[in-house]
Amino acid sequence: MAVILELAVQGAQMLSVLLLAPLLIGFVRKMKARLVRRQGPSLIQPYRDLVRLMRKEVVLADNASWLFRVTPYLIFAATWVAAALVPTFATGLEFSWAADLIVIVALLGSARFFQALAGMDVGTSFGGIGASREVMIASLAEPAMLLIVFSLALVAGATQLSTVAAFMGSPEVGLRVSLGMSLIALVMVAIAENARIPVDNPATHLELTMVHEAMILEYSGRHLAMIELASFLKLLLYMSLISCVFLPWGLGSAVGGSKSLAIGAVAYLGKLAVLAILLAVFETAVAKMRVFRVPDFLGAALMLALLGTLLLFVSRSL
Amino acid sequence: MSSTVALLLCGPAALLATAILAAAVSRLAAATRLVYGAALVISATLLAIVASHLAGNPGAVSATTLPLGLPFTGARFRLDGLSAFFLVVVNLGGGITSLYGLGYGRHEPAPHRVLPFYPAFLAGMNLVVLADDAFSFLLSWEFMSLASWALVMAHHRDEANRRAGTIYLVMASFGTLALLLAFGTLAGPAGTYAFDAMRTAHPGRFAAGAVLVLMLLGAGSKAGLVPLHAWLPLAHPAAPSHVSALMSGIMTKVAVYGFIRVVFDLLGEPAWWSGIAVLLIGGVTAVLGILHALMEKDLKRLLAYSTIENIGVIFASLGLALAFKANAMPSAAALAFTAALFHVLNHSFFKSLLFFGAGAVLTAAGERDMEKLGGLIHRLPVTSFVFLVGCVSISALPPFNGFASEWLIFQAILRSPELPQWGLKVIVPAVGGMLALSAALAAACFVKAFGITFLGRARSAVAERAREVDRWSLAAMAVLAAFCLIAGILPGLVIDGLSPVTLSLIGDRMPVQMAEPWLSIVPIAESRSSYNGLLVFVFIAVSASLAAFFIHRFASHALRRGIAWGCGFDEAVPAAQYTAVSFAQPIRRVFGGFAFRARETVEMPAPGALEPARLKVDMHDPAWEIFYQPITGAIDFATERLNHLQFLTIRRYLTLVFVYLVILLLVLALWP
Repeated sequence: MAVILELAVQGAQMLSVLLLAPLLIGFVRKMKARLVRRQGPSLIQPYRDLVRLMRKEVVLADNASWLFRVTPYLIFAATWVAAALVPTFATGLEFSWAADLIVIVALLGSARFFQALAGMDVGTSFGGIGASREVMIASLAEPAMLLIVFSLALVAGATQLSTVAAFMGSPEVGLRVSLGMSLIALVMVAIAENARIPVDNPATHLELTMVHEAMILEYSGRHLAMIELASFLKLLLYMSLISCVFLPWGLGSAVGGSKSLAIGAVAYLGKLAVLAILLAVFETAVAKMRVFRVPDFLGAALMLALLGTLLLFVSRSL
Repeated sequence: MSSTVALLLCGPAALLATAILAAAVSRLAAATRLVYGAALVISATLLAIVASHLAGNPGAVSATTLPLGLPFTGARFRLDGLSAFFLVVVNLGGGITSLYGLGYGRHEPAPHRVLPFYPAFLAGMNLVVLADDAFSFLLSWEFMSLASWALVMAHHRDEANRRAGTIYLVMASFGTLALLLAFGTLAGPAGTYAFDAMRTAHPGRFAAGAVLVLMLLGAGSKAGLVPLHAWLPLAHPAAPSHVSALMSGIMTKVAVYGFIRVVFDLLGEPAWWSGIAVLLIGGVTAVLGILHALMEKDLKRLLAYSTIENIGVIFASLGLALAFKANAMPSAAALAFTAALFHVLNHSFFKSLLFFGAGAVLTAAGERDMEKLGGLIHRLPVTSFVFLVGCVSISALPPFNGFASEWLIFQAILRSPELPQWGLKVIVPAVGGMLALSAALAAACFVKAFGITFLGRARSAVAERAREVDRWSLAAMAVLAAFCLIAGILPGLVIDGLSPVTLSLIGDRMPVQMAEPWLSIVPIAESRSSYNGLLVFVFIAVSASLAAFFIHRFASHALRRGIAWGCGFDEAVPAAQYTAVSFAQPIRRVFGGFAFRARETVEMPAPGALEPARLKVDMHDPAWEIFYQPITGAIDFATERLNHLQFLTIRRYLTLVFVYLVILLLVLALWP
């Protein structure tokens, strides 16, 4: 019985991240529009966009290879698996031990690897520019992310996200300098990884400064829908990660029964809303950077994360 | 218990016999098939012998002494856990390379320069791993070096290859000199050259430090540690591609074996600072190696530089194991050591696979400059698929094998706050950051390697006409690709197989992994960290298929081919695509400044002039400028001065002889 419940919770988590991700994007867009006094599109516009894309035909470039057609599914699968492994409303899920935080980071790395390859497949300069900038950003963001993982692992004594989340919810954590640094670094990495302002602009096409959109310029129809959904999932993943590690209050547990799960779900939605509003405010308040300012931005994240880790190596209580 | 090792010694003997036979018949048409076939059979037999030995009693030691070599000492050979593991690496790699050679060797323009040395090279590597005294170790080591040098010089009419061969020879001699001194120090005044005697004699602190430094120089120069790596990216690509695979995938591992044998086995208890030295060198090697690879546009040189990166990762992990071992933390040391050996195995798989792929590209298109390739995914479907598997594995992406070993290394790094020394506490997280950086850069590097070579549009006529290679080569690559996947989804199998080695050298082992539910790997405890490659693989496969099924069930099927979108411009010229150099430009801007002192200058033509604008990139290799140029400068200076001695009159020569004799006698007279 317990196993069935746990499997059900796991399945609910996988479905809920899939269904929630477009809503989250819609909410962020709505908030951004309201902040500049526009009416903004409806909350469910991202769902409509996805459905519309799926109904459209695919226009494939002449020399696109099989890799170009397989990649959207691979990106989607890797991102979905990663997103499903992050505790959203409950910890201790059935398959949470299949992968720890390092694996989740690496899964996103796999998705990016194939996305960059797909960008180069058609052989236009747009794909190349996007891919080469994406790997440049990743080459700084990934080590920063791993160092953040190191800090969390040193504080919590584990890289297993469920254990980390449970530890962060316990009273023995307290305020730590290293955790503060990790949080700032994690937010910076999350902004870069999700191609948000000031690193990239998710709302533009055909600008020389764009990165993510340049890589997927050749995609259309159902392929584009998959990639869009994967990028929605990625934003949800990072928000879930930040909320489960740094805002672990109210997190339910698969063994705690339905009441704790319900509280967890409500708390999770509340946390997502708060983070989405913060993101919208931040994006409205800052301007986009030049591409070659991005290494400075991410270098700062890397150094913060390294400093946090070093502090923990010096003393576990810092 | 001498039977197994005696049986194993028949392998190198048979390989040497094949080499002699090959020298005799190498001009015959059937020689290629004969030699590679024989090498394949011998490697497979050796592998089977080692496998049966491991299946019986993996911890057993088998030794024998042959009446060869120096008088009164004989040549000792021994098979233990460590040499068994490296024999597996050597013969698995050697066997698959021979399989590849069956097809690839047919395109060799000068088979008589390759065939005799190929089996000799394999024999040399086998003998190094089996040797049990300093004399036979050094002799086999030199034999291995010389055989590989001959293979590097196979295409000696090319000026660049001759230069590579010369530099390789100099560096190999230097390495052997360092090894000779290391063994001399270990043997001590008693001069016992058997490894058994060295194991029991504990050298003093100073001598042990000297041996460690000499081993880093000797084995490190063969493995490609920065700054001794200068020869490697020249020599490895110069050889025929399957030999490049052997040199990069296997010979560097034999060098790692030499380091482990001396530092972990013969030297006894390490000092804690030895861990710092090895860790730092490993971390720097990893980052610089992969940065060099990113700047490269020659496919085989890119792979050679990436070998340097992986050697750095292996040495960093070994350094971590040393630090743990010195601080009596055997379980953590076993974890780091297992991770290093696992990465040795993985790297031998994917680096051989990638060099085979580069060889296939070379056969198919006759070109290894990436700027002249492109679009090969359409022309070489199978090669491009297996090459992609190799790229994903080496970029440390789940669920393939490169990720499993890097994951273990990160887990070992996370054990290190328990280390007592402040130096280690500061160095370890920094090296952890370096390894993370090198892993991310490796992914960038292999996006570039695959993307420029196989994707996009063909940049030259040869790339447009490329044809898929023969079945032998494809089979060899497919086998390696399968190994990459299997080792990635069942890492527990490898970890458990490594336990006899860690037990004998560290005195502890990682927990049994294959007994874990669902075949996860759990290095310490499940609540702390666990990884299940199989499940991740299944999850990805299932969710990708689900998505594809859903899309094909409910979404539109319509598909139209059209021209690529170029913002209204027609990008018909393939030269307008991103190139290897332009792909690396953002990373060069970020890292090249301090790593290579990279400078970009733009030469704009005068307004109205018709010549094109030019972008010039000026890069320097710090290793050459800091370490090698002063040495060559000093040698040039000294030879210039000594040159005068050649043109003296007979009276002056006689005076010189007389003065020398007087000095010699004075020294002898004054010597206490």
